[in-house]
Amino acid sequence: MAALLEISAVETYYGQSQALFGVDLNIQEGQVLAMMGRNGMGKTTTIRSICGMSRIAAGAMQFKGIDIASLPSHKVAQLGIGLVPEGRRCFGNLSVEENLLVAARAASTELQPWDLARVTQLFPRLGERSEQNADTLSGGEQQMLAIGRALMTNPALLILDEATEGLAPVIRQEIWRAVQLLKESGQSILIVDKTLKELLPIADQCIILERGKTVFSGSPAQLDGQVQSRYLGV
Amino acid sequence: MGNLTIEYKLNVSLVLLLLAIPAIALMLDEPFYITLATKVVILALAGVGLNLALGLGGLISFGHAAFFGIGGYIAGILASHSLNAELMFTLAGTEFDGTTNMLVIWPLALLVSALVAVFIGYFSLRTKGVYFIMITLAFAQMIYYFAIAWPAYGGEDGLSIYVRNQFMGLNTLDPIIFYGICFALLMSVLLLVSKLKNSHFGSALQAARQNEQRLAAVGIRPFGIKLTAFVISAMITALAGALFADLNRFVSPDMFSWHTSGEIMIFVILGGVGRLFGPVVGAGLFILFEYYLGGLTEHWALFLGLVLLAVVLFARGGLVGLIAGEVKHD
Repeated sequence: MAALLEISAVETYYGQSQALFGVDLNIQEGQVLAMMGRNGMGKTTTIRSICGMSRIAAGAMQFKGIDIASLPSHKVAQLGIGLVPEGRRCFGNLSVEENLLVAARAASTELQPWDLARVTQLFPRLGERSEQNADTLSGGEQQMLAIGRALMTNPALLILDEATEGLAPVIRQEIWRAVQLLKESGQSILIVDKTLKELLPIADQCIILERGKTVFSGSPAQLDGQVQSRYLGV
Repeated sequence: MGNLTIEYKLNVSLVLLLLAIPAIALMLDEPFYITLATKVVILALAGVGLNLALGLGGLISFGHAAFFGIGGYIAGILASHSLNAELMFTLAGTEFDGTTNMLVIWPLALLVSALVAVFIGYFSLRTKGVYFIMITLAFAQMIYYFAIAWPAYGGEDGLSIYVRNQFMGLNTLDPIIFYGICFALLMSVLLLVSKLKNSHFGSALQAARQNEQRLAAVGIRPFGIKLTAFVISAMITALAGALFADLNRFVSPDMFSWHTSGEIMIFVILGGVGRLFGPVVGAGLFILFEYYLGGLTEHWALFLGLVLLAVVLFARGGLVGLIAGEVKHD
């Protein structure tokens, strides 16, 4: 089966300083890929490169067989990559409902399409707060909104960058429950998270980045204690 | 939601006040007040145009005089050809020597300003912040100097329109009728802008103001949204310019000058950036200052400056924000 997203030997710079030195990853349709690595190893830069927010200097990126390396971010999003950026970035000056509706896009997959009703079913709190401005929401609610907004684009691939960071345990559980439900519905997901205890059971595949390079790629079962302590410091 | 109700009530009161002005003026036997109110309504319309770009899109255009002047000159040029029975151009064998029909002048003003706005916006919107302010100013000043150096239409002296242009057989020289036309246009445009604000386009524009990258991440090209807003905004201001030319029965290059851009921006900031009726309040206050304080002292603009300073320092939401509170979601 062809990969949904395949990136190989990607190198990215911020100005003069090189951040990625050869990242490879590969996501099959319906899979959940966990991207791991300590802080500053290039996880967010990899995501920014995929989403067209940082131009790659070398390497190849293909999504659904289309070269996305030189596409601007709105084109990448239109092709079906939905990003939940690090730090729950909603449109604070819009209401919850407007945040969701502004992103609405016809389905690019054969999965059950997302709409307002389905998002508020996944996160009932968003339904309760639909008229509120996004900047009046709690951190957890904003995270749910950011996920809901990405889902409204009906993405073929959902990217979650540190979706549970800095949230209260009970909210984290709710986010993980949602991710689990998404996985069960067949959603392909690229996920970055620090809580391995929750992340590994959900992942089909995982990769580890070390200094901007993919140093491990395999199933969670292959990720033994030695690899974990060497690259993840756990 | 309480605040929203206050703003709604304020807006309704303003509409009622504008409606009552002709009657008040006649009661006081001061028909001049109608002309003053007409000026408020027209300048408010220009501000409503800028407010769409500035308030919703965060596009600080310091060149909206370009569009105000284009509207004015379209009205002036067409009318002067028509009144002097001078040939303007020949198209496919048909001679066209201008028109005094507002229903032709307005669409032409909208069309020309839209084309110019596409051009200016295409280049300006690639820049941000102070560069955007400067490049819009530069374009407007270029048109200003062009108008000064264009002897065919009066150059520095401007162009007189001897008779007010025509609208569906009405006597447009009657102040009340002309006021009614301007008022109806202002209300229609406010309705349109309020619909736009609550549409998908309006949400996307406000989202672009906050963070373009995030908007692109949901698959919307921020440039397209901002350019569309800039063009609609320019068209509204151009319509106001066409009416302004008819109000004064005179157009001059001053309409293009950066003072005019600054004044339009003052209406928006005084009244409340991004507030639907902000420019109406702002233009009203501006004219009140100009007329009443201007009658007492030449230095009325100094007092206006102090008020503007107070608004910027203490009432960021402008006067509408002061009365109705911070923006809450509807």
